[in-house]
Amino acid sequence: MAEAAVHHDVAGVYEPSLFGTYSKKIGMWLFLASDSVTFGALLFAYSYGRISNPSWPTPFGKESIINATIMTACLLSSSLTMVLGVLAAHRGDMAKVRNWLLATMFFGAAFIVLHAIEWSKLIHEGMTPFTNPWAPSVPQFGGTFFTLTGMHMLHVTIGVIYLGVVALRKKFLPVLVVLWLIGWLATPANNVFHLGVHVLLIGAVVSAMVMFLKPKIYDSHDIEVAGLYWHFVDLVWMFIFPLVYLMSTRI
Amino acid sequence: MASTEIIHAHAAPQGFIRKYIFSLDHKVIGLQYYFLALIAVFVGMGLSLLMRIHLIWPNANLPIFGAIKPETYLMFLTMHGTIMVFFVLTTAPQGGFGNYFLPIQIGAPDMAFPTLNMLSFWTTFVAFVVLVAAFFVGAPLHGWTGYAPLSAVPSAGPGEGLGADLWITSIAIFCAASLMGALNFITTVLDMRAKGMTMMRMPLTCWAWFITAILGLLAFGVLLAAGILLLMDRNLGTSFFVPGGLNFTGQTSFPTGGFSSSTDLIKHNGGSPLLWQHLFWFFGHPEVYIAILPGMGVASQLLSTFSRKPIFGYRAMVYAMLGIGILGFVVWGHHMFMSGMSPYTAFAFSIMTMAIGVPSAIKTFNWLGTLYQGRVRFHTPMLFAIGFVSLFVSGGLSGPFLAQPVLDIPLHDTYFVVGHFHLIMGVAAIFGIFAATYYWFPKMFGRMMSEGLGRWHFFLTLLGTYAIFMPMHYLGLAGQTRRYSEFTQVAYQTKLIPLQTFITYAAIVTISAQFIFLFNLFWSMAKGKKATDNPWEATTLEWTTATPPPHDNFGGRTPVVSHGPYEYSVPGAARDFVMQNDPATTPAH
Repeated sequence: MAEAAVHHDVAGVYEPSLFGTYSKKIGMWLFLASDSVTFGALLFAYSYGRISNPSWPTPFGKESIINATIMTACLLSSSLTMVLGVLAAHRGDMAKVRNWLLATMFFGAAFIVLHAIEWSKLIHEGMTPFTNPWAPSVPQFGGTFFTLTGMHMLHVTIGVIYLGVVALRKKFLPVLVVLWLIGWLATPANNVFHLGVHVLLIGAVVSAMVMFLKPKIYDSHDIEVAGLYWHFVDLVWMFIFPLVYLMSTRI
Repeated sequence: MASTEIIHAHAAPQGFIRKYIFSLDHKVIGLQYYFLALIAVFVGMGLSLLMRIHLIWPNANLPIFGAIKPETYLMFLTMHGTIMVFFVLTTAPQGGFGNYFLPIQIGAPDMAFPTLNMLSFWTTFVAFVVLVAAFFVGAPLHGWTGYAPLSAVPSAGPGEGLGADLWITSIAIFCAASLMGALNFITTVLDMRAKGMTMMRMPLTCWAWFITAILGLLAFGVLLAAGILLLMDRNLGTSFFVPGGLNFTGQTSFPTGGFSSSTDLIKHNGGSPLLWQHLFWFFGHPEVYIAILPGMGVASQLLSTFSRKPIFGYRAMVYAMLGIGILGFVVWGHHMFMSGMSPYTAFAFSIMTMAIGVPSAIKTFNWLGTLYQGRVRFHTPMLFAIGFVSLFVSGGLSGPFLAQPVLDIPLHDTYFVVGHFHLIMGVAAIFGIFAATYYWFPKMFGRMMSEGLGRWHFFLTLLGTYAIFMPMHYLGLAGQTRRYSEFTQVAYQTKLIPLQTFITYAAIVTISAQFIFLFNLFWSMAKGKKATDNPWEATTLEWTTATPPPHDNFGGRTPVVSHGPYEYSVPGAARDFVMQNDPATTPAH
């Protein structure tokens, strides 16, 4: 997100904003509006495929549901720590802010790791974007699952990197590179995350560019805007969890 | 507090690259968009000329291109539509003029997010390069709408391999660029208006760009999702849009399964081509208004300025545009009457579509009301604004016909629809761009465009486009099918060839006339008459600043607005117009 060209504390030069707030926040809300439309279209595609294929499989057993519930709990907790971080930012307590953001990142990373394990398990069982072992005539099951959760996982990953840059700034870049190397070396070559972990490298390059173009100290507005993004990503999961997991249980 | 340093977030750039290539200045970015669209429009126009030639001389041996094969015709069709819709009709009015004049008209020094603005243009540029690259590997032949499964299966036809991948990648990149742009426009309007520039004092051009940006924000996100799904269908073997049992070129879609190579069909089953159509047209219909709304804004601005009268019904104009924008999101089904649809659903879409006639009529009558008893000055921009209204009416009147399933079904796949959408979405929007070019050229380049050449350009283009697109309605009623590359096979279609020949001659004349415009544009940049700061005696803020405007638009000061946008012929005022930033003591609106 680029900078706002105008500081609205300059009294009397501008009309008050329609929503009485600053440009960056409006910009983030608008981005979230467009992003929710994108996710909406993906959920529409999911619903469309599901309704037109009556023999939709329901393979998620107790283990998967418990795992997904823990993931949900991670995201809900991360929303709480994010709110506490924003509150600390409004108080001006930047040390606390950093700790809360790190806690949020921890929960986000835990979500990603749990989800990656879940993906690997399903892929191991024979699920791909074009087939699945439970209902081979319904390839939409794998397609929609990987599209929706993959897109969401990408958003969570970007969110963790975003928060890392806001919390640690330049110090986060080496962390990201180390995480990328560990992820790359630790995953077997035939695992999808052997490729997917390169998102971290791309994230490191983009973050470095952003910090080079806009060297600045992040203030409470930046924390609040980052929080908006994080809460949105959590909210999307609250649609995906029931639609993709809870409606496909075999319990 | 000294405001200049704070507002002026980025200093005037020094080097050539920061000044003209990677510029943060919205004016430079606006011109970059404009010239990108200018290149694109000539490419698209050249393709339409080749198509017109092929339609009447299917066996002609052209220089460079040779004899055009039917599949080459369809490739031209696809690229013509894609280039025109995305890189001309979306890029020029919004990215070009919107970028240049929205901040100036609301009294802001720049867009809200200048870096994002630069990124948005360069992303658009990359999208254009990727699209043009499709020419060199064989462009796809599925049309600009990219209907699945033709677009979803690489072996479906020539150009559907790498060419179609490049096509959909280009569109996905364009979506990202448009989202960045839309976000920036909305934030700028909400947050950066000068003191006194209330929402209801904004020029109608700003309202049009604002509403267009909202439409873009909500529509391009859906196309982005559809593009991702299509790419997955093509390259990861998913079956979102591909049903089972397809048979292309002798292969059925039930071989072994696995990741697809460019030639093998993989195991597809259970997908729905209709899903693509729903997602595409949920974007596609608002896209029509993304193309035409800025033209409406420009027409409103120009009709008021050159009639020396306030715009008739300013608030009604704003609400009508909002109404068109909202209704635009609930009518996408009218593109799909032919695709199979419950009659009840079709009825709902039909009613909603016809409802758009109401705000459109409000706008038309307000334009006519503005002209009525005005002291009209027929400068070239005004001619094109009147031409816009004319084309909007002619193209719009066939809309209610096509909105009814019972009429749409026989007409949908004929030239009637081609005539309809070219008049309203194509040429009317292009007239908006021409009007804006002639109107704002003095402000952008400091010189006037030639009136004489402008008049020639206007009359040739107006008559030419009517000569091209009006007969298409008759062709359609007579049953001439669209998308066919030649009409020599069926007896009743052969009888219509003379009219097609007439259209091709008209197209050659009209296309030739565009070179008058091109010459006028570049000649006037160098040799045109020097322009004053306010050559049209207009009232909006861009005419209060220097020509061309300084880097921060107003030279360090911030305008204070005391008047509405169209205060012409105000009784008791010293001149026949009151500038928006004139002191409030002159009679207010």
